Amino acid sequence: MSRGRVLGLLLALLAAMLVSLLAGKVWLPLSAWSNGDPRALIITELRLPRTLLAAIVGAGLGMAGAAMQGYLRNPLADPGLFGVSAAAALGAVLSMYFGFTHPWLLPAFALAGAAAAMALLALLVGRSGSIIVFTLAGVIIASLAGSLTALAISLAPTPFATAQIITWLMGALTDRSWDDVWLALPLTAIGLAMLAATGPALDALTLGEPAARSMGVDPLRLQRLIIIGVALCVGAGVAAAGVIGFVGLIVPHLVRPLAGHRPSAVLWPSAIGGALLVVLADSLVRVAPTVSELRLGIAMSLLGGPFFLVLLRRMKRTLP
Amino acid sequence: MSLSVENLRLVLGGATILDGVNAAFAPGRVTAVLGPNGAGKSSLLACLAGLHAPTAGTVRLDGRDRAGGDARDLARRIGFLPQTADVHWDIDVATLVALGRFPYRGRWGGTADDAAAVAAAMAATDVTTLAARTVNTLSGGERSRVLLARVLAGTPDWLIADEPLASLDPAHQLDVLDRLRGIAAGGAGVVVVLHDLNQAARVADDVLVLRGGRVIGFGAADAVLVPEVIAATYGVATEICHSSDGHRIILTTGRM
Repeated sequence: MSRGRVLGLLLALLAAMLVSLLAGKVWLPLSAWSNGDPRALIITELRLPRTLLAAIVGAGLGMAGAAMQGYLRNPLADPGLFGVSAAAALGAVLSMYFGFTHPWLLPAFALAGAAAAMALLALLVGRSGSIIVFTLAGVIIASLAGSLTALAISLAPTPFATAQIITWLMGALTDRSWDDVWLALPLTAIGLAMLAATGPALDALTLGEPAARSMGVDPLRLQRLIIIGVALCVGAGVAAAGVIGFVGLIVPHLVRPLAGHRPSAVLWPSAIGGALLVVLADSLVRVAPTVSELRLGIAMSLLGGPFFLVLLRRMKRTLP
Repeated sequence: MSLSVENLRLVLGGATILDGVNAAFAPGRVTAVLGPNGAGKSSLLACLAGLHAPTAGTVRLDGRDRAGGDARDLARRIGFLPQTADVHWDIDVATLVALGRFPYRGRWGGTADDAAAVAAAMAATDVTTLAARTVNTLSGGERSRVLLARVLAGTPDWLIADEPLASLDPAHQLDVLDRLRGIAAGGAGVVVVLHDLNQAARVADDVLVLRGGRVIGFGAADAVLVPEVIAATYGVATEICHSSDGHRIILTTGRM
């Protein structure tokens, strides 16, 4: 991908973040930024952390999706496939089930869920480095975490807890603070760095596993980088924003026409594109004329479902 | 330069695939590996390429056990062309061939050596004009040349090729066989799994025949590709003829 296109994507992200600072139920013109204007507080304490968090979560989901698709060599792969987001959601749901109210506990439980899924996955896959075992183990963990989440909802002690859990599962960036940014930023940054490091090995995997291994790709090292990198990005994302689907699936497809199909060339553009998509979607749900704010996760699924269908139609035409 | 296997034994999932295989391959020569289905041909190549660790015995490169070698150094010296022609993403030909430089990659991307090696590999396989095409637009013959170029871009001392002729028409089969000869003429050692006895007779200096994971015959092609060894390997009766240009033709006349 030419540097120009990456730069263009970055500029688009910056522009979207600027718009996101101004947009909302109350539109804030640039003049509100000046010193002494009381509305500046809305920017610095509410919208800036929210916009940054949207970009962080989107970047993590975007690159996690690109890395998963490259690793599994499957354009329909999604970081959700891997069980980490479902397990992180289960962790968060448990903290609500037990009625914990401390603001740090929900993200901490979500991260613990992600870490548990990661450990379980590593345990199930063992030292095989096999992609098939990896995929199956991920699917099993995802379905197990999903059913436990459903169990927690059905057994929730109060209707309030049930409502709280269901609402949270829809994913949102409402009322996020700087604390959430400082939690998600370092975890996502480490995750992004790990996934970016898999680029050359993912390129080699284009030729299939035997060829990649004959060229010196260490399948075990690659798998560990993918597991930990995706777990950090997705775990931090769920802890900060709840479950936001489709970003990891869609964004790599959106950037491939710009970046080409080489897996390593898709990684960083997918991070930028993911950030752009989530920032835009989050701005959209804030300005949408609904009584209570449209949940970000729902908005993304509404966008993602039709996209998935179009993708499927296109693939049906090119596949035998 | 030498590549050899000693008392190689490979057990996968409880089944003995290779048992007591001894062979020394020579640089500058083409060694065809023959044998019926399930003889262990591909597994032997996988051991040479480092995809399987031997259960017992050793693969030696220049006298040293492959198992103790540096992965990157081994990948530079032994190039492996797998049987499947899968390319999972629709990348362009130049990008695909450049993947062969993976074992040489530095921390910050490619060097002039990389570009030169890629250009030379593309020239040697006549794919230079395809450089900007994407993989999905190539014909089967073009794709097989591009994948061969990928291996050559790594400038390996040894080319290990697993059935490179599968799914090619006769003209492209001859084309690939001639290129394998050319690679050996350039000094590299070529070890190639083939199914067709006549193709082996055409391309091979040496022939290694496996059956049931054991070596049935190993030596110069003329000495191994004889009716007795072929009968012991495949259970078929054959007659040896010669074509007008002097190539040996092995005619299968019936089952034993």
